[in-house]
Amino acid sequence: MSNIRHHLTDDLLMAYSAGTLPEAFSLVIATHVSMCDECRIMLDSFDAVGGAVLEDCDMAVLSDDSFAATMALIAEQDGVVDSPRLTPKGAVLPEPLRDYVQGGLDSVKWRHVGGGVRQAVLQRSKSGSVRLLRIPAGAKMPDHGHRGMEMTLVLKGAFSDECDRFARGDVEIADEDLHHTPIAEEGEECICLAATDAPLRFNAFIPRIAQPFLRI
Amino acid sequence: MVAEAQEKDWVAQMRAIRDERDSAAFAELFRHFAPRVKAFLMRSGASEPLAEECTQEAMATVWRKAQLFDPTRASVSTWIFTIARNRRIDVIRKERRPEPEDLAWGPEAEPDQEDVLALQQESEKLAVALATLPEKQRKLVEQAYFGDLTHSQIAAETGLPLGTIKSRIRLALERLRHAMS
Repeated sequence: MSNIRHHLTDDLLMAYSAGTLPEAFSLVIATHVSMCDECRIMLDSFDAVGGAVLEDCDMAVLSDDSFAATMALIAEQDGVVDSPRLTPKGAVLPEPLRDYVQGGLDSVKWRHVGGGVRQAVLQRSKSGSVRLLRIPAGAKMPDHGHRGMEMTLVLKGAFSDECDRFARGDVEIADEDLHHTPIAEEGEECICLAATDAPLRFNAFIPRIAQPFLRI
Repeated sequence: MVAEAQEKDWVAQMRAIRDERDSAAFAELFRHFAPRVKAFLMRSGASEPLAEECTQEAMATVWRKAQLFDPTRASVSTWIFTIARNRRIDVIRKERRPEPEDLAWGPEAEPDQEDVLALQQESEKLAVALATLPEKQRKLVEQAYFGDLTHSQIAAETGLPLGTIKSRIRLALERLRHAMS
């Protein structure tokens, strides 16, 4: 847990705390924070700013029956107790991801995208998309650029690119100027969570044509 | 038991809700927070009826999740802020809100009262610091949290005392990890 070398930026944590990030990025952040105490501490402190903002808010006028209606809601859900959401010991997918795939790695519906690489799109909308990628040991991610920002979080194994080496828990944040070619380390397959706020652009001709079909 | 605790930090009310399903304690909490949650949601772009509905749902969530509240890591207002924010994303943005996994206390590990007090005091200091920021900077922070501004610079430029609250939370996390191992 303490081996994480590549963390989230304050900007991203604050935007996540304020609730203004696209869902795709929020999933990467929630997953990283589940693995990283450093970033959890920063996130808690940005949430504390949100608490201070709430405390500082004016007081809106409530409906006359507001309290009674809330008590009725509580009565409806009585007996429902939210238990803590915890990642099972040794699981590759932290709890926020388990919510999305509704289980562990076995529940992921992988699709081949060429070169032995498989992916599973977890969420996509106008504001971005997020996917799991499974890259065989020693294999190369298709060469790609992206228009907006891309976040890649390692869940298993490790990869290296022109910038550095990234292992479990590490997150790489790339802007549109970075055309990188991540290569999975020898010896173990690499599983990553990758989010973008614009479609990936593969630099080779064929993958670009294939993009709409591969839903990249 | 509610009477003996400090009025300001609402931790005692949370405990009474958690342990005794105490609706009088909940009513106190409601009077203070529900109007603020509603104002927060309206400032974030919700219509009045929608804000009212979301406020009721958020406050019901406060009751339901009472046992997940950890007073060594968050003040009650911070915790309620996160619940209101998540309602906003759910209902107004119509997106899911992925949340980190929880950090659960062991069955009998009740947090140290000193830790609770220290965190609550730091939170209060942060609230005072925010309230006394120059108007322009305070507006900037508020806009960011109402969801209508991007965030670059804000953390760096407003000079809020995030450092002290960070070290409090760090300490709480370390003790939590220790208690769990």
